[in-house]
Amino acid sequence: MDNTPKVLQVVQRCEALFEDLHFNAVKEWKAAAPGRKAIGYMPVYVPRELIHAAGMLPVGILGGGDALEVIQGDAYYQSYICRIPRSTIELGLTGRLDVLDGMLFPSICDVIRNLSGMWQMLFKDKYVRYIDVPQNYQDEVGGRFYIEEMQILREDLARLAGRPITDDDLNRSIAVYNDNRTAIRDLYAYRAAKPWQAPTSEVYLVLRAGMVLPVEEHTVLVREYLAAAELLQRAKRDNARVVLTGGFCEQPPLALIKSIEMAGCYVVDDDFMLITRWLLDEVPADANPLQELSRAFLHRSASTAAKYDATREEKGVFLMKQVKTRGAEGVIFAAPSFCDPALLERPMLQDVLSKHGIPHTAFKYAENTGQMAPIREQAGTFADSIKLWNAA
Amino acid sequence: MNTPIAMPVSSKKPHDVQKEDAMWLQKELINKNYMELATARTNNRKVSATFVPGNLNELLMCFDFARSLPETNALQNGMRKKSGKFVMDAERDGQSEDVCTYVKADLGMMMGGEIGPTGDVLPRPDILLLSYTGCFTFMKWFELIRHKYGCETVMLHVPYQGEGKVAPNMRDYVVRQLKETVIPTLERVSGIKFDIDRLRQYMRESVKAEEHLVNVLQSAKKRPSPIDGYFGAVYYIGPIFTAFRGTPEATEFYRVLDSEIEQRVRAGLGPITPEGEMGEEKYRLVVEGPPNWTHFRDFWKMFYDEGAVVVASTYAKVGGLYDFGFRHDPEHPLESLAEYCLGCYTNLNLPSRVEMICKYIDEYQADGLLINSIKSCNSFSAGQLLMMREVEKRTGKPAAFIETDLVDPRYFSAANVKNRLESYFQMVKAKRGAGAGVAAAAAAGLTGSAGKIIPIAAH
Repeated sequence: MDNTPKVLQVVQRCEALFEDLHFNAVKEWKAAAPGRKAIGYMPVYVPRELIHAAGMLPVGILGGGDALEVIQGDAYYQSYICRIPRSTIELGLTGRLDVLDGMLFPSICDVIRNLSGMWQMLFKDKYVRYIDVPQNYQDEVGGRFYIEEMQILREDLARLAGRPITDDDLNRSIAVYNDNRTAIRDLYAYRAAKPWQAPTSEVYLVLRAGMVLPVEEHTVLVREYLAAAELLQRAKRDNARVVLTGGFCEQPPLALIKSIEMAGCYVVDDDFMLITRWLLDEVPADANPLQELSRAFLHRSASTAAKYDATREEKGVFLMKQVKTRGAEGVIFAAPSFCDPALLERPMLQDVLSKHGIPHTAFKYAENTGQMAPIREQAGTFADSIKLWNAA
Repeated sequence: MNTPIAMPVSSKKPHDVQKEDAMWLQKELINKNYMELATARTNNRKVSATFVPGNLNELLMCFDFARSLPETNALQNGMRKKSGKFVMDAERDGQSEDVCTYVKADLGMMMGGEIGPTGDVLPRPDILLLSYTGCFTFMKWFELIRHKYGCETVMLHVPYQGEGKVAPNMRDYVVRQLKETVIPTLERVSGIKFDIDRLRQYMRESVKAEEHLVNVLQSAKKRPSPIDGYFGAVYYIGPIFTAFRGTPEATEFYRVLDSEIEQRVRAGLGPITPEGEMGEEKYRLVVEGPPNWTHFRDFWKMFYDEGAVVVASTYAKVGGLYDFGFRHDPEHPLESLAEYCLGCYTNLNLPSRVEMICKYIDEYQADGLLINSIKSCNSFSAGQLLMMREVEKRTGKPAAFIETDLVDPRYFSAANVKNRLESYFQMVKAKRGAGAGVAAAAAAGLTGSAGKIIPIAAH
């Protein structure tokens, strides 16, 4: 009999999925029934409901992490370009993404945008689409454009699936994703309430599992983790409560998250895999589906550097809300090297935090960063300083 | 009404730098715009700032704005050796060393009292028109300025040509933004009501200038090319890509330029370089990517010293792609503005960019492609190595890759660039010789399948 606590069993399963750069879970899902298709997507956000409604598996592609040796991918990029496109190219060129029938490239930055064109040139037999999301938030202006863009994607996916995607299909998928969003909201609320019970190194893996599992299965897994996490009592430490921000695209190594925690920080909110929390509340599942997805995007969605803030006053509001609602004592900016959106956004957010008296610190990483000692030292000093200030 | 801009009279030329008359005129136009900006407050004019790709100059003129273009400010400061300090000042103020140096040069300039390239104090803009055609960094750039200085921003989101074409819904979206957001904001800030006939009038002028510009750029198809389509083109595109498109002054500038170039063609002359007439045209190149501005003259010299002329460049299309037929259309003004924004070079997807370069190599009878990869500019740079391979594969012409930056002097290594260029020119020569060898052998009936030329490694 396996005496490993249930929560660790769940985490072990998630870790195995995370480490599998051959996407065997996706292969197995496809093999379980004839004609199944899988569509990859990159950060930050695509309306996964459309892929699901086509009967396909949405698969989140977040680069190769620190376990992938990038050989060919480096030949496609200059040294001053971030890591995620080169490891993604490596995944593609080494056949690891052959399991995907298409790839979606959301409008996040110029690098990912141009990667869509590279994919068109390198993988000519695959479906490739650049997903433009509106930076104008009026229903009749940006909303109309977004609905039209989603309609094009819907028709493309229907062609790939060999059947139309009806409004009912879409509404069913919206309901399924609403359920997943609820589960993840619960997970984030639980971690903020008891971060010692649900360390971020585990929560992160649970979220990552959602990048390759069918959404229904992932929702069950999140709830399993939540229930199991409560059963295993862990030591509560006098750690500093921090929001970790900047890792919305290229991912830090898992060791980096662990290092921050080991240095005395409880991460009580973050911007990892924002797609799982992009739409902030329930999307009505009994109306015009594209219109409802559009409204949710325009009026009730998360914020990140890739999204335009229409006024100066909006800058930092989302981050401040994370800080306040999660009871954070400070913010750690951890951005990938050469990430234009995150690094250009950072000074503005730092300024907002400073005006509110929220301590912050910043460092850069790459998905293959190996040296954790400096990060541990910086995060540790930051945590200590928070504790000292609080004491004073 | 829009303040008329008098045509400047060409001033006396210094002796040490050679330029075409139109180049001097261009410089004076640009300086005149700086003067307009410097005196805007005294003249009770509102000030706009917007970016070069997808700039809506005709529209801004409808509201009498004095018009600033931050990239132009940055590059002018780069050419005048001022940008290095600005970049470092911005880094000391919290900007990352990794990000775009245009942004940092602009922020640094603002921190230093907003003294512009000509030494005059530039006014803080009343409105930042954020048309972020082909570059995400633009969005952050104006957000940063807004955050620091409180300037109002209005967004014009231009969808990317991800599928290699402008779909009707993309154009309609841009038009809706113009009608619903951009024009009402410009009306409110300027206090001037929008007059579509005034816009049409400016667009009629734009078309004339655009026709002349295309003639000038396409003159490089001749042998020898009468122009340099990269270093020289920078001067040619200045007025039309900035605050002058749509003005009679721009039309006149391009008319003068066009006739000047026509005379050079008739006389069989090559381009004018800063050191006078270029010597024998030995290499004809297509260049992809923006130039380095901090060492512009040194960079150009590395080409003309070797007899290399750039016959076509993608950078000369960054503020408008006219050579495949697009013209502003006064009969459909807003739709035409949308098409213009959507069609700028960096808004094209990579396959379209490759296609365009291959076409240039063919139509301009170029010897090969040179990519100047810019550290600051992911919009241009990400994917260029694949573009290079693809162009080589399709055209059989050699390509080379150099790396510099826009306005950060720390990233211009003259020795490295020169070495790379010299090797490249040798490679072009060798390839040409090998090609001639095969042609001669073929003519003599000596080649079979074994006579295939093996492409020379380009990098």
